[in-house]
Amino acid sequence: MKKYNITASVNGDELDYSCYADQTLLEVLRENLQMTGTKNGCGSGDCGACTVIVNKRPVNACLILGVELEGAIIETVEGLAEGSTLHPLQQKFLDHAALQCGICTPGFLTMSKALLERNPDPTETEVRYALAGNLCRCTGYDKIVRAVLDAAAEMRANAS
Amino acid sequence: MNEITNRDKNNFKWVGKNTQRPDGPDKVTGRARYGDDMIVPGMLHGKTLRSPHAHAKIISIDTSEAEALSGVKAVVTYKDIPDHPLLAPPYGPMITDFHDISRNIMARDKVFYDGHPVAAVAATSERIAKAALLLIRVEYEILPHVLDPFEAAGADAPILHDYQYTLGSDPKSSKPSNVFRVASSERGDLSKGFAEAEIIVEREFRSQPVHQGYIEPQALVATAAADGSVDLWTTTQGHFVIRGYCARLLNMDMSSIRVTASEIGGGFGGKNNLYSEPVAIRLSQKTGRPVRFVMTRSEVFRATGPASGTYSHLRIGAKKDGTIVAAEATIYNQAGAFKGSPVGRSVDTFFSAYSIKNAKATAYDVCVNRPKVAAYRAPGAPMAALGAELAINELAAKLAIDPIEIRLKNAVQDHEQSLSGVKFGRIGLNEVLVKAREHPHYSAALAENQGRGFALGYWMHGGGLSSVNANLLDDGTVTIATGNPDIGGSRSSMRVMAAEELGVDISLIKTIIADTASIGYSHLTAGSRTTFATGLAVINSVREIIDKLRQLAATKWDVPVENVAWEAGQAVCHHGDFQALSLKQLASLAPKVGGAIAGHSEINATGAGAAFSAHIVDVEVDKETGFTTPKRYTIIQDAGRAISPDYVEGQMQGAAVQGIGWALNEEYIYDHNGCLQNAGFLDYRMPVASDVPMIDTVIVEVPNPNHPYGVRGVGEPPLVPAPAAVANAVENAIGKRMGVLPLSPPKILQALK
Repeated sequence: MKKYNITASVNGDELDYSCYADQTLLEVLRENLQMTGTKNGCGSGDCGACTVIVNKRPVNACLILGVELEGAIIETVEGLAEGSTLHPLQQKFLDHAALQCGICTPGFLTMSKALLERNPDPTETEVRYALAGNLCRCTGYDKIVRAVLDAAAEMRANAS
Repeated sequence: MNEITNRDKNNFKWVGKNTQRPDGPDKVTGRARYGDDMIVPGMLHGKTLRSPHAHAKIISIDTSEAEALSGVKAVVTYKDIPDHPLLAPPYGPMITDFHDISRNIMARDKVFYDGHPVAAVAATSERIAKAALLLIRVEYEILPHVLDPFEAAGADAPILHDYQYTLGSDPKSSKPSNVFRVASSERGDLSKGFAEAEIIVEREFRSQPVHQGYIEPQALVATAAADGSVDLWTTTQGHFVIRGYCARLLNMDMSSIRVTASEIGGGFGGKNNLYSEPVAIRLSQKTGRPVRFVMTRSEVFRATGPASGTYSHLRIGAKKDGTIVAAEATIYNQAGAFKGSPVGRSVDTFFSAYSIKNAKATAYDVCVNRPKVAAYRAPGAPMAALGAELAINELAAKLAIDPIEIRLKNAVQDHEQSLSGVKFGRIGLNEVLVKAREHPHYSAALAENQGRGFALGYWMHGGGLSSVNANLLDDGTVTIATGNPDIGGSRSSMRVMAAEELGVDISLIKTIIADTASIGYSHLTAGSRTTFATGLAVINSVREIIDKLRQLAATKWDVPVENVAWEAGQAVCHHGDFQALSLKQLASLAPKVGGAIAGHSEINATGAGAAFSAHIVDVEVDKETGFTTPKRYTIIQDAGRAISPDYVEGQMQGAAVQGIGWALNEEYIYDHNGCLQNAGFLDYRMPVASDVPMIDTVIVEVPNPNHPYGVRGVGEPPLVPAPAAVANAVENAIGKRMGVLPLSPPKILQALK
């Protein structure tokens, strides 16, 4: 089967990969690029564990093909922190104990980042609906929602 | 609003304080390595061919075409998995029968459920492995199937296992049955009790199986070496158990299998079991290469978990003043394809929160054509509690007694025992009920179409085998290795307890999970046992280090060791003028004097405490659509002692939402052929963030006298009453009895007609 050569920006690095036409971005990230921070919970777009940001929009990496991404700007959980300085969302997830097993955390972080870029001052209800495509079975969402609201407040304070 | 009560907050430096979890940074940056994050050079990809039938004889399996496909390195069937004889009685409460395990991981003569493995391949890519599955020819003779536990227990049901006769039935069974055993506990005189009753409530309930719903599918890599040894990386709640099961099943020495537990992406009891591990080992042995298996979500639903679906029937009789004088319950627990549903725990759950003189509970363990059930957070308890709690609430309503008052009147007391004979020590039930009654939620006003539910849950925690190695390094830092996968924050609680004992900053302590070759046997991370049992081993290990440091200081000071105390992280002697020696000073001294300082502990922990969890929940029912929205939820629970309060709250909150799913949404849908129709998260709908409110928690602390810090365990009690509380809220919102879970919109609309 034919492979395609793709060049895309992943967390600010220009990367080349070659993939089959039916390979998802999730497979490309995890298998080809060995970036395993993006998680596979279902492979059908129902759990949000593989959420990444492509050209500023959150997408399920399992529902987009690697060949579609020529020239795309892709952000994954591995690119959230700057060096050893955590992104405010990462720090607030730790501060609020917003993770237990942690398998859904990369997807919640990327989805929350995309939310706050679009809406820096969301209500609790807006956070809950923005995160409704991300499943967490451990936390009951309470502490996740609090962490996102707190991170939003801090990011607004830092921006002003 | 989260509050901590019943604590002397001044006693501890670290216990009871919220500290950042040590595994957190790796989890928020994507560095944590879960089951399928392991990439090994030369690794092959394993895939499993699964039965498309609910019940069928295997006539033949032809793997020749698959084996001939380029890139396929090996194919295995039941012929590659050793058979084992049926386990003979007597049976304990937990049954591990390698006859069944061998057949469950790879079907032998029959398939027993849609999704039952029949063959597996290892190939150079997942793509080739998938293609190879299509080339395996299996000839089946389809047999009649049965899915419902109550039907399966009937005389005319299709029989799964022609060798199985019911144990404990009266009269003794004379022909094969799907009922493996009938478990029962009784006290007092039931007919006398009911004769005294002035009011009797009788109800029946049905529930669907529900999946544990961990977000990380089962995933592993097995590497067999030429010398016969095996390295296994797998996502599990108990790598020592996996080692033992693999060795026994494959007739290998235990020491030749070394299992490393990956970071675990949720389990809730569903990762206590063996699935692809032995198959992967056989494929790796055959090919001489590492073999990876990662289940798809569909495979997870079709072939792992779930918790039992149930049918139950209850009668409860009381005096007009609310004194419960008699209670009787029967439950049919679906075991799935092989025996082993949690009948003992169901029996123990029904009435054990109450002091009832005349009571009997009976549970049937019933095989049906569904995947073999797995533990799910307080296995056997939530559906028993569903019946008992709703029946007691109905009793209270009919007697015009407040639901909490009737429970306070009948509450089991310190030093009484559960229905199946578990002796309680000091328990926190009264404290929990009083806190619930005082909580503002309990008396808050309700809006139109809203209802409030209340339910109480009881759970007896586990103890068991745990091992810990603690090492003091010569710079004064400490490593703590346990044998328990960290599923709910145990690395954090172990670190807190070690720091508290040593009297040093938590940043000096690193906690890891050791592989099976590096530490003594440690039982599953299950039964809410880890902070209690493994925590005891941590405390023992650290105390051994402290004793060695006291000896070291005594030698240096030339005083008897009895005169050296350990205070606030340093050795002190109050019998003379000695400058205190800090942990760091002693640590640097140790190698020069007698060698490295370490402590270790291998224990069989006893004395785990019972815990009680009370739930208050408000729901709103849309009478046009039948859709139920939880509006407010409060849990009041006795944790004994909350080592890390944030994570105790997290356990309670997560359980509440699992209970909401169990009560309102989650169910398996099988077609008329017995094939699962909703094997994915879209159609098996677990609660999402927009479905639920904030979950308020009140941690009550009535310390367990058998643990230095009073730990009882927290993970399981909060699921026990959750489905009952939600169902009770729905009943109160619509003014109807609701006995069939889940309470999905069609059922509510039907009830409102």
